[in-house]
Amino acid sequence: MSTVPAHARVVVIGAGIVGNSIVYHLARLGWRDIVQIDKGPLPNPGGSTGHASNFIFPVDHSREITDLTLDSVRQYKELGVFTESGGFEVARTDERMQELTRRLSSARAWGIESELVSPETVAERVPYLDPEIIRGAFWTPGAGVVDSQRAGTLMREKAAELGALQVFPTVEVTGMDVESDHIRRVHTDAGDIETDTVVVACGVWSPKLAAMAGATIPLSPTVHQMISVGPVPQFADTSGEISFPIVRDMDTGCYERQHGGDMEVGSYAHRPILHDAEQIPSIAQAKLSPTEMPFTEEDFDPQLEQALELMPDVLGNTDVEIRYAINGLLSMTPDGSPLLGESPQVDGLWSAAAVWVKEGPGVGRMMAEWMTTGTPEYDTHGSNIARFYPCQRTRTNVDARSAEGFNKTYGIVHPGEQWLSNRNVRLSPMHRAEEELEAEFFEAVGWERPQWYESNAPLLAEYGDAVMRRDAEWDSRWWSPIINAEHLAMRERAGIVDLSAFAIFDVVGPGALDTVQRVAVAQMDVGEGKVVYTPVLDAVGGFRSDLTVMRLGEDQFRVVTSGGSGNIDRKWFSDRRVDPATTQIIDRTSEMTTIGLWGPRARDILGRVTDADIGPDGFKFATCRSIEIGPLNVLASRISYVGELGWELYVPMEQGARLWSLLVEAGRPDGLVPVGNGVYGTTGRMEKGYRSFGAELDAERTVVEASMTRPRVKTADFIGRDAYLRQRAEPPETILCSLQVDDHRSSTGTDRYMLGGEHICGPDGEPLVDGRGRHPYVTSAGSAPSLGVHLLMAYLPPEQARVGTRLAVDYMGDLFPITVAATDSTPLFDPENTRIRS
Amino acid sequence: MTNVLICIKRVPEISGEILLSDDQYSIDARHVGYTLSAHDECAIELGVGLAKDTGGHARVLSIGAAGAAEQLRYAVAVGADSATLIEADPEAFGPADVAAAIASEVRQAQMSFELILVGNDAADTGDFQVGVRLAYQLDRPVLTGINTAEIRDATVLARGAGPQGVDVFEIPLPALIAVQEGGVEPRYPSIRGRMKAKRLKIEQKAAPLEPAGSGRVRLTLPEPKPSTVHMLGEGPDAAPALVDVLARSGVLNR
Repeated sequence: MSTVPAHARVVVIGAGIVGNSIVYHLARLGWRDIVQIDKGPLPNPGGSTGHASNFIFPVDHSREITDLTLDSVRQYKELGVFTESGGFEVARTDERMQELTRRLSSARAWGIESELVSPETVAERVPYLDPEIIRGAFWTPGAGVVDSQRAGTLMREKAAELGALQVFPTVEVTGMDVESDHIRRVHTDAGDIETDTVVVACGVWSPKLAAMAGATIPLSPTVHQMISVGPVPQFADTSGEISFPIVRDMDTGCYERQHGGDMEVGSYAHRPILHDAEQIPSIAQAKLSPTEMPFTEEDFDPQLEQALELMPDVLGNTDVEIRYAINGLLSMTPDGSPLLGESPQVDGLWSAAAVWVKEGPGVGRMMAEWMTTGTPEYDTHGSNIARFYPCQRTRTNVDARSAEGFNKTYGIVHPGEQWLSNRNVRLSPMHRAEEELEAEFFEAVGWERPQWYESNAPLLAEYGDAVMRRDAEWDSRWWSPIINAEHLAMRERAGIVDLSAFAIFDVVGPGALDTVQRVAVAQMDVGEGKVVYTPVLDAVGGFRSDLTVMRLGEDQFRVVTSGGSGNIDRKWFSDRRVDPATTQIIDRTSEMTTIGLWGPRARDILGRVTDADIGPDGFKFATCRSIEIGPLNVLASRISYVGELGWELYVPMEQGARLWSLLVEAGRPDGLVPVGNGVYGTTGRMEKGYRSFGAELDAERTVVEASMTRPRVKTADFIGRDAYLRQRAEPPETILCSLQVDDHRSSTGTDRYMLGGEHICGPDGEPLVDGRGRHPYVTSAGSAPSLGVHLLMAYLPPEQARVGTRLAVDYMGDLFPITVAATDSTPLFDPENTRIRS
Repeated sequence: MTNVLICIKRVPEISGEILLSDDQYSIDARHVGYTLSAHDECAIELGVGLAKDTGGHARVLSIGAAGAAEQLRYAVAVGADSATLIEADPEAFGPADVAAAIASEVRQAQMSFELILVGNDAADTGDFQVGVRLAYQLDRPVLTGINTAEIRDATVLARGAGPQGVDVFEIPLPALIAVQEGGVEPRYPSIRGRMKAKRLKIEQKAAPLEPAGSGRVRLTLPEPKPSTVHMLGEGPDAAPALVDVLARSGVLNR
């Protein structure tokens, strides 16, 4: 065994597709002194890359995942290891056919050639498939297979040619040293390496490696069963690895793909079988490789029967034998997305885990860019490992969600679909009261958050057709017209909203002002008691967040941000502290709860329970201060994400229930209604043109494109300022617009309501392309009950970004006419903001 | 028509590093799973073929834990017609117990089996005893170390690798043969075979006797062999040395 170097600029642990891609891209970006180690031998160290089925279907409903996949395909092609075979995703049910139309809309939005085809067309290209079994298929000519192991070898070689890389196979990491929360040293059985940057790219072993540094990489090694059968006579005359298109039998969770003379059949339909990263056998102990576990036949039997049904001529041939069968391990995560980026627990410890072969090289490039400049080309918020709160990293949650997510791999996942396992983890102090109001709870980063209240059902009669009921089951799944009734009642009277899922942290100390000035686009050097809404940008002017900051004192700023991005935002501020020795970030999320009170009657209601001056002059918009409400000291902040007069009210967690009941009681004469997040997160803000991070805003969007420029740019320096000034000086390549749906009637006569993610095109389906080569898609969709329309938001090419432009949205196989209603952030409802300022 | 009874044993996969259970009495198979000995797989292949050729019935039988149904179904998937599982704690049953239990089953079975096949020895315990003991109990002639066999009216013609070459035997039926790998190529199951196996009802029985045990105290693992990697050279220069090695091992003819 060779001895490892005593020092390294970076240690990359793992020589699967991810580790190999990372060392290559780091080397390409100028990194030297890279040490890559793997416990196993090369070229197949025994991880999941070694037994991957290695095929790629590019279309995913997620833009970022699709971009990573397309990027990976480009790289595999450059390396000469990609074979284009085309692929069918076949449907056995009407529900799946509908899903495939949705998939087609995504494909068009991401610019991927694909079409819906008849069973006969499938049978022409896949003569051994029984067309009687299927209703149709989604054809992607660009699907194909790769040699991920060969790609890895080539990438290591390229990095070595640059003089950047030393590779040490059969070296095992035995420990890591962390000093002052920073990684300092890697211990191996071939010596110790001093380093301040470590990348864990260890696939299913990643949790075990991270634990050596006291960090968590929340994934579960999960079994994916696969068999290989052969020899297949139909393949006897073909040359190379694959000549027939890959088939994904979506409704049975199976795939069938030619591999030389054999056919591989894999499944995501069997029961979830989870393992523990600590219990995976060693290379010596394993029969095949550590991640090729003993096959459990009884789990696979139902899939065999279904596969046989689809391809009787191949799989029913008794000369075609099951020659290889494994319970292959792969990585599942609590939300199905990869685990990338620097650990929020240990500085310098980077995770590159839970990545499929189809995304490997793209992730390698993204990680290398992230580690080099901090601004990778593709947005990271959905894959950033910092997104998880501690309660989401527990073994219970990781296993529960991984198990639940496994069968969604080929599933039809509704955009609003809720996780059903491991619920009721973070409960607001108002939870019991909300249960009594028959709240329908949705989950947000562990919080149980009312989406609407069934107790508001009587409002439906009150508002009649204005609640914009939806007839199609899909459109109304995870939805209720009660949301729209709550919205109308809030606009007419007042609503009370549980905002406990907010993430709250304080920036305090002598460096606090400089820190928030540096991070925020908006002017932070404001008077005490001011509340400022601000974008947060990265160095190239992409959105990292948008949030509000309250100046509570000379050296104290309270940052309030959405639960979804709160943990990432806290790390962002913490990593960018000016004078970290004297500037502290104090998490208040579990200390405070927040209740929103908004609507034309909000002042009257609050006035009944406080003696404080809350009049138009006594408590101005965009200010905050402590007031007494009954027996409680409350920090009241007069802002609104729903466009109404009112306050966010902050109290210590244990006083939240009392505040809620005081307000509910005080609101009775005015008809105050509890309002769920269906209003707060969608209908209320969309009528006001308010953007949402993760939907309209992400690192690939700019303030200018999002039409959120203010007349002036503060003189104080802030991250992204130069880029922002440049962006302001140039015409935007794409512009965020609000659009309204003009006609909902589908070809089958049912009114349909888009839910977000759909492709937008010209009135007759002509593709539109913006200045960045992208096609428009719906970033958010929702009812606008006060306007009586269904609203969409989308980035449009500048030529189309004109009020009145008529376009179409591609939903469930039909084109629906839509019209541009706003080309900037001017609200469609109450454009003068008289309500919020009243 | 020759009915064949093929006796098989569920054994831990032992191609990797072997782990012992905490009590050192058995092998811990949690990482590797269970399988059949190569000899047993050949016995199945041979027995299924003989039964088929003569229009007879091939039944597989195993004595062991409920999990042994997995191996029985595998045998059915590659051609056996029926399966019997005698449920018993495999650790408690020594070779004499196993032979006695099978003998009891053969005597009381409705079907008469002209030929009984067993694997030459088990991959995990390597006792080499069940075949001979079973033949003795049933008062049948027995051959061990057999690679291939064919039925000739009332006799079986069997071949096995002997020290001087191939030994050829002909013994009268009913008989018992302990099969050694090397003569037949076991097949893998087809998907239809697997379906058939899944649907098949395995005849389950309780053990007909109280075991006397194997007398085994514990298992010990041999010292791991030191690595015997020989570097033949690097790049094209290594080719002649590689050819020598392949020729010596009989892979290449020069």
